[in-house]
Amino acid sequence: MKTLHIEYYALLREQAGVKQQTVQSETRTPAELYSQLAAKHGFSLGTEQLRAVVNEEFVNWDRQLNDGDRVVFIPPVAGG
Amino acid sequence: MTKFELSEKPLQADELKDSLRDPAAGGFVSFEGWVRNENEGRTVHRLEYEAYPAMAEKEGQRIVSEAIERFGLTRALCVHRVGGLEIGDMAVWVGTSSPHRGEAFEACRFIIDQIKVSVPIWKKEHYTDGDSGWVNCERCAEHGHEHAAHHAHGPGTPAKQ
Repeated sequence: MKTLHIEYYALLREQAGVKQQTVQSETRTPAELYSQLAAKHGFSLGTEQLRAVVNEEFVNWDRQLNDGDRVVFIPPVAGG
Repeated sequence: MTKFELSEKPLQADELKDSLRDPAAGGFVSFEGWVRNENEGRTVHRLEYEAYPAMAEKEGQRIVSEAIERFGLTRALCVHRVGGLEIGDMAVWVGTSSPHRGEAFEACRFIIDQIKVSVPIWKKEHYTDGDSGWVNCERCAEHGHEHAAHHAHGPGTPAKQ
């Protein structure tokens, strides 16, 4: 079981109803973690529309998650 | 020197321009993005920008640094607003200075185009009809549902119309 710290922004923050949360999870990858969180919070976005960030680096969805990782899912951006 | 910043306060174009002055610079180009009152046929009343600060600054620095190297700029800077903005407010400022004008023009365009596609900043529009939505997220979320629903069906199973 890993402790994972998750931050939410924009649409995901509103749908989660929180800005951040810490979860105990057995998920192995950002893809598995997102799937678990999406089921819990009812996220409308799919992984094909998001990018995953772990410890402030963009990562592949199948990267191995480690205890204490800080995970952020990036919705489609709209700066400028 | 910082090359990308987020600002909770209104942007002061003259001050930003002065920060790019340099004896080696023979030209300066800037771009200002302003809040527009319309998007995709809907009347916008006001909007909010939200950023993931650590990653926005990291990505922004990467983009501006790449532009400086690629176009041989003397200096460059981009500042993006976060928080609530009204129609006409400046949302983003990009400035480039270089020995000659061509590189400054090209680099300014390069920076704003890259900022728009890869820096983790989100825009929530509030419409005059009382509705609101995250730009690029609400419609693609609908598309995502269609996409997911389509994929949920096995081969030979007709997708629901």
